[in-house]
Amino acid sequence: MITLTDQPFEPGELLAAFARGRAEVGAVATFTGLARAEGGATDVLELEAYPGFTEREIGKIAEEARTRFGLLDLRILHRVGTIAPGEPIVFVATASRHRRQAFEACDFLMDYLKSRAPFWKKEHGPGGARWIEPRAEDHADVARWEQET
Amino acid sequence: MAKVLLFGRLSDLAGWREREIDAASIAALRARLSEEDARLGEALSGPGVQVALDQAIVRGDRPLGAGAEVAFLPPMSGG
Repeated sequence: MITLTDQPFEPGELLAAFARGRAEVGAVATFTGLARAEGGATDVLELEAYPGFTEREIGKIAEEARTRFGLLDLRILHRVGTIAPGEPIVFVATASRHRRQAFEACDFLMDYLKSRAPFWKKEHGPGGARWIEPRAEDHADVARWEQET
Repeated sequence: MAKVLLFGRLSDLAGWREREIDAASIAALRARLSEEDARLGEALSGPGVQVALDQAIVRGDRPLGAGAEVAFLPPMSGG
């Protein structure tokens, strides 16, 4: 399931709900991304999406992860709107029979979300506002998965 | 009329986010926007800017039917 929300969320609750009532799942891996204060340089983060398009593009990445890693299930929740430092911004959970697929799928999904998912991120701070674009490291991270196929 | 959407830094630069513009193709739309605002026109064809027509990424020129939705998408960054 893929959700965009403009409301704060509790990662523990999402994990508990995701892991509940499973008989064949041997492994659940999760990642939670938090908004950083950047030593006081960021007062608030603003995240923009393209409603409809963003969910569908993430859906394509999610389908690829399901097939590639043989996932039994996955959950992606991403914030949009304004986010304060320390608040969770993204949550990814993956479920598989064994741990390796769950770990790798979680890593794969995050690499794609960082540089390929349709979000635009703006940092507001005492020095003004600036749009954040993927760093060279983000591109290198996602390229790892493309080389392996 | 096409519905034109700008995202991220492009909407800040243009000073608008959504407009109805009469254009028969993506190339004509680009020409029209460049004529109005040369800096925006340049940014729309800048590195990493993708175009979505009716919510699907397209490359190059495409005709625009009535009610087409054209979005200009600067480099994306989630998480």
